[in-house]
Amino acid sequence: MSYEPKTPLSPASVITAAGLARNFGHTRAVRGVSFDVAEGEVFGFIGPNGAGKTTTISMLCTLLAPSAGEATIAGYDIAVNRSEVRRSIGLVFQDPTLDEYLSAIQNLRFHAYAYGMPKRVREERIRELMTLMELWDRRDSAVRAYSGGMKRRLEIARGLLHHPRILFLDEPTLGLDPQTRHRIWEYVLDLQQRETLTIFLTTHYMDEAENCDRIAIIDEGRIVALDRPEMLKDSLGGDVVTLRVEDGEAAVAELLTRHKLSSALEGDVVSFSVPQADEFVPELIRGFSSKILSVTIQRPTLDDVFLSLTGRSIRDESPDPKQQLRRFVNTPGMRAQTR
Amino acid sequence: MSDSLRGTWVIAYRELLRFIRERSRLASALGMPIIFLIVFSEGLKRQIGVLAMGVDFVKFMYPGIIAMSVFINAVFSGLSVVWDREIGFLKEVLVSPLTRTGVVLGKAIGASAIGLIQTLVMLALAPIFDVSLSLKIVLELIPIVIVLSLAMAGFGLLIGSRMRSQQGFQVLVQMVVFPLTFLAGVFFPVNDVPRWMEIISKLNPLTYGVDAIRRICLAGEVPRGALASSHPIIGVTVFGHTTTTIEDVAVVGLLGAALLVAAIFSFNRQV
Repeated sequence: MSYEPKTPLSPASVITAAGLARNFGHTRAVRGVSFDVAEGEVFGFIGPNGAGKTTTISMLCTLLAPSAGEATIAGYDIAVNRSEVRRSIGLVFQDPTLDEYLSAIQNLRFHAYAYGMPKRVREERIRELMTLMELWDRRDSAVRAYSGGMKRRLEIARGLLHHPRILFLDEPTLGLDPQTRHRIWEYVLDLQQRETLTIFLTTHYMDEAENCDRIAIIDEGRIVALDRPEMLKDSLGGDVVTLRVEDGEAAVAELLTRHKLSSALEGDVVSFSVPQADEFVPELIRGFSSKILSVTIQRPTLDDVFLSLTGRSIRDESPDPKQQLRRFVNTPGMRAQTR
Repeated sequence: MSDSLRGTWVIAYRELLRFIRERSRLASALGMPIIFLIVFSEGLKRQIGVLAMGVDFVKFMYPGIIAMSVFINAVFSGLSVVWDREIGFLKEVLVSPLTRTGVVLGKAIGASAIGLIQTLVMLALAPIFDVSLSLKIVLELIPIVIVLSLAMAGFGLLIGSRMRSQQGFQVLVQMVVFPLTFLAGVFFPVNDVPRWMEIISKLNPLTYGVDAIRRICLAGEVPRGALASSHPIIGVTVFGHTTTTIEDVAVVGLLGAALLVAAIFSFNRQV
């Protein structure tokens, strides 16, 4: 299945990709993806593990040369103006990239030095972001004493330190508990508002994808759909409404004549699909002549969208074993032993 | 400041910061050479005493162990690249605007600074081994230690840029660096060993590094006869010509420059 861009090119695109592809030997990890991301947008790359999300991010961030295609970041070509691209972006990787032997503030200072920030700006910005991420009180602790959620927050603070225009988040909440995940999202969306930041993120958590302005669903190295989450869900034909009524036959007839909706009847349960059911149902009830006993509205999830596009459920995918092993080996206890 | 120049000092600064903050590393970097010095000198001095040309064995070995520590420390700068890759920190560096050239030079300069600290600690122990030092000797040693460190760091970084695991790096170091170090005349004069060993030793660039350090440390200690003999204890005799300190340093320096260029090239290839 191939994807045709539906959204017109925005003049203020900060990311453009055209036919971007990458092979590893005979494996075609990314098979030509094209998309544009507008300034200030939260753009999600959604798909199962191994779909090509991280490979795409690595190409956009100049860490991996594309096998084919081209892309620009903040107007700079990723293959030609690497240094300018690197200055325009902040990056939070899937795996931790902090120096655990240094303190939190030393990690941030290193980053500031690397980006050549002047001292006054640097100290002010470090304080601002660490306060925002609620890490200021623990600034002098060695990073190895931080919890998983704190490390993530520190990495997000670090990614934003040099005022990037675009923040890349590769699976920002992987391996975190639901409560921490929720908090991370609050921080990210808060920052996005404050700094008019463009965010490009990858995730395989469908509930997180809901936070995006637009999402691209990627499977086996190709974009299979790209739109607002609501539109993608609507593309499945809308929400499923189930009514329990006193007189099923009459309800079916009324739905057909008054609302032009065909419905299915099972005993006293009538069900039908309609776009934006949350707005439709109150209106329906107001003028409905047969008595309604109960109503349920089921919004299709992005998982349903993925299922309909690929024939597979994204949740069926267990995390790839190599990655699990790497996470295990990367825990501080194990690291000390391999040293 | 250019991205290369800034890269050099930022990376060197971090190497030193890590060196100081990581206590086990600090302890092993300073402790290992001291243990070598004490164990070998105490263990061997009664057995060997004075070498053929009237040079005290401990005095002979002392500069050799300084050179060996400098080599090993510098080669391990390559391990720090592999370590950074394993903990993921290398990505943070590679995605920053710092150039690869700056990263390589920074690691090499960081290693040189640590090598200098090690050397100064070992020099402070000179009175224990009855080696007399002067300010002149210390000042002359500093540039030589820097050249040796940069050269060996070039070697370590070249390997480190290609290696994905610390184990792999350690194996290579054990198979290549340790034998070369032991064949570099740390414990015995290379001019008076079996022919096969002499050939390997004189092809071994480390031999010239050991010799340069030894020449400076022992400038006032070696009797004239030891230099004039056909098998001098200091100097490396190649085809009848016995090298001078400058020639020793030139051999190591040229090789080191080539290794550093190769390491930078290899680093630039990983985008």
